Amino acid sequence: MLLWPVLLLAAAGLISPYVARSRIPVWLLAAAPAGVFAWLLSSYLRLGVGETTAESLGWFDPLGASLDFVLDGFGGLLALLISGVGTLIVIYASGYLAGHRDLGRLLLLLFFFMASMLGLVLADNVILLFVFWELTSITSYLLVGFNHEDKAARAKALQALLVTGAGGLAMLAGFILLGTTAESWRLSEIVQAGDLVRSSPVYGALTACIIIGAAAKSAQVPLHFWLPNAMAAPTPVSAFLHSATMVKAGVFLLAKLSPALDGTLLWHGSLSVLGSATLITGAVLGIVQTDLKRILAYTTLSVLGILTLLIGIGTELAIKSMVVFLLGHALYKAALFMVAGTVDHETGTRDVRRLGGLRRAMPVTAVAALLAAFSKAGFPPFFGFVGKEYVYKTGTALDQAGTAFIVVAVVGNMFLLALALKAGLHPFWSKTPLDAPGRTVHEAPWSLWGPPLALALCGLAFGLAAGLVGEALVGKAVAAIRLEPMTSSLSLWHGLSLPLVLSVVTMAGGLLIYANRRLIWPHRGRIEAVPGPSSVYETMVGNLAEVAKRKTRILQSGALTRYVAIVIAAATFLLGWKFLRFGGWPDLTIGPDIEILPAVLCVLAAGAALGATIATSRLGVLVALGIVGIAIALLFLHYSAPDLAITQILVEALTVMLLMLVVYKLPPVRREPRPGVAAAKWALAAGFGGGMTLIVLQALELQVAPSISEQLATWSYPAAHGRNVVNVILVDFRALDTFGEMIVLTIAALGVLSLLARRKRKREDAGS
Amino acid sequence: MKGSFILEGAARLLLPWLVALSLVTFYRGHHLPGGGFIGGLLAASGFALIALGAGEGAARRALRVDPVGLMTCGLTVALVAALAGLFRGGGLLAGLWLPVWSLPLIGDVHLGTPMLFDFGVYLTVAGFALQVIFSLLEDAA
Repeated sequence: MLLWPVLLLAAAGLISPYVARSRIPVWLLAAAPAGVFAWLLSSYLRLGVGETTAESLGWFDPLGASLDFVLDGFGGLLALLISGVGTLIVIYASGYLAGHRDLGRLLLLLFFFMASMLGLVLADNVILLFVFWELTSITSYLLVGFNHEDKAARAKALQALLVTGAGGLAMLAGFILLGTTAESWRLSEIVQAGDLVRSSPVYGALTACIIIGAAAKSAQVPLHFWLPNAMAAPTPVSAFLHSATMVKAGVFLLAKLSPALDGTLLWHGSLSVLGSATLITGAVLGIVQTDLKRILAYTTLSVLGILTLLIGIGTELAIKSMVVFLLGHALYKAALFMVAGTVDHETGTRDVRRLGGLRRAMPVTAVAALLAAFSKAGFPPFFGFVGKEYVYKTGTALDQAGTAFIVVAVVGNMFLLALALKAGLHPFWSKTPLDAPGRTVHEAPWSLWGPPLALALCGLAFGLAAGLVGEALVGKAVAAIRLEPMTSSLSLWHGLSLPLVLSVVTMAGGLLIYANRRLIWPHRGRIEAVPGPSSVYETMVGNLAEVAKRKTRILQSGALTRYVAIVIAAATFLLGWKFLRFGGWPDLTIGPDIEILPAVLCVLAAGAALGATIATSRLGVLVALGIVGIAIALLFLHYSAPDLAITQILVEALTVMLLMLVVYKLPPVRREPRPGVAAAKWALAAGFGGGMTLIVLQALELQVAPSISEQLATWSYPAAHGRNVVNVILVDFRALDTFGEMIVLTIAALGVLSLLARRKRKREDAGS
Repeated sequence: MKGSFILEGAARLLLPWLVALSLVTFYRGHHLPGGGFIGGLLAASGFALIALGAGEGAARRALRVDPVGLMTCGLTVALVAALAGLFRGGGLLAGLWLPVWSLPLIGDVHLGTPMLFDFGVYLTVAGFALQVIFSLLEDAA
């Protein structure tokens, strides 16, 4: 059951606020992701190359949205990363925010995010995947805006949500096109239908939509700017979302869909260009940063660029390098983020210009940082080295554009190396004097150095045991993406070859940049002031707010009559349009078989309604409307609809009660003094009433499909065990609608509550 | 706003009967006119009478739980009923039924998730009506 881990993590989230308030050690919550990790690992290791474990539960099957889950080589690898890193993050967060009043909220959101992310990588249905995709956007919005009292943090969280959310909409459009083109909503079937997709006339549109969605999620240029800003999140969040998990979702999806979409210039060209641009942008902007977390955020951009570039190349070697690089990056980047948080936690600053020589005060953290930085820098024998070697191997094996690829990769890797040392080495080993006023810096508690150290050691162990990792993890992932087994194994050492030479060049160049890192820091402000895509975003959001403000001023005047008029005018227009479209006047002749009682009731209701309009007191209006309601209830009763009649009478009674409460507060009934406005109101009322009458009469004549009511009545008892068909429709046949209405009721009640609470506050302010 | 003594006395006498009636209405709704919506409105009207007669505070005390809490409960109950079908493989909101029991006086009892869902409707509707009435009364006071 692949749904259970997702639910288990969500359940852990639900209990975490209570655990955080109790005496139970908070880090024990890590047992949930640890259990999921162990279970996934045992399932994953039993999985053969190219095999999958799939299962499905029904959902909205007729609409193509089913709860289809699959554990395959690539999704499983990411699921392992999510649950494994997630376990460490929970431990880390419990130490990082120990005693914080909102630790429970953070853990709740982290677990919800983890559950959504796990669902995303295990989903086999594109609609289900989209649901999880959006859930990760929403939970990440709440996580980035965790310090919600800080206005800047809220704005940055909103930016991340709007960019990834807009991308998500493009993605949904792409998914719908893809699903209808491939004639399946299951990813495992879509990837087999590549020829069908590529020969379709909408191929270009759907590919563009999917690339836009993935690029927004995985922060590709020009939609990259939200990621560095998302560093407003607490460090455990950045370490989890912005290194190992959420930002990989776009890359994950592109890789997963590549068998269905690749092979065209659009796919390979745009991904290569996007990837290269992101790689270089991240590297260049990263080098000017002085904040540890922002440095790491820009290197994440670079790595996401490399991954996209590799998917764009799409050869077996490229996909293999992509998997290795992704795995290595998740291990060292999460570790480095956590180290940055630990340093911040102990010294109170993340500015590299104020950090140095921390290795004496924080020896264990320093070791963790060193190991992670070396892996990121691509030094042998770390796993990062393996990743870099394979990237170069991919380049040297390319037939065309190989040189361009190698130049981009080498330059990017040089910067990555320099940035790795700047983030992981500089604070601990450099001679910069430590500037942490009022602090005696000492080693952090185990929960703050344990998790990064564990990840960094993984990076070392994976590098030393590259062959084993290749067999157990990388081979399966590559086979799952390319739908055919990998032809060669993974190894750390390739002998003296061109890739090794390139590695040496990278190392020399990177060290040179690192040695001169201080030269560029004074120019940071000027470089960052260059307008980029983020200023376009600012302008758009600003204009949107302005348009909304103007629109609100016109529509939301605050006068109830204006609102009613707008609603009724819109309804009249739409009904009238529909009426004219389906043409023809209904038969308006009155037959001879007219019944006396209903006719009397109708006249009574109409008369009372007219009376309500000319009544001179509110109480009179109330009585008249009561008569209308009761007359209608009696009509229902006459036509044997007791349920409707009872409901109508009860609603009528409660409405009268409610109105009685407020009737004395209302101003006296006032005649409209302007004759023009009064005439317009009469016209509107007559138009609406007359229109409704015509529509109802025409609906009686116009039977486009066999009536469903008799069908429902025959189903009612055999299928739903109920003889009252109205009730069965409400709670069984159309229960989803009812559920939606219940939610509407709740929202309306909360609206009333907040409106009146505001009045109360205003009155209290005025009174005091 | 202080209501009348007669209304208050009558409301307090009627309340248990109205609540009982609302539950009966809810229960019979699956086969005969009635159901969660009507039942919820009936229950709300019982408490609304107390609110009119003895003030909103007295009605809140008689109700014991917050109306918003009632709505939350209702939504949760309906959600549980909806999800039950999903986990038994029938899809969201698919009805699950227990076997029929025969009880003396009441007759055949047939319970299932649609009835549980209807009870969610009952709670939500009652909570909504009371929330609105109480808020307005509080505002008028």
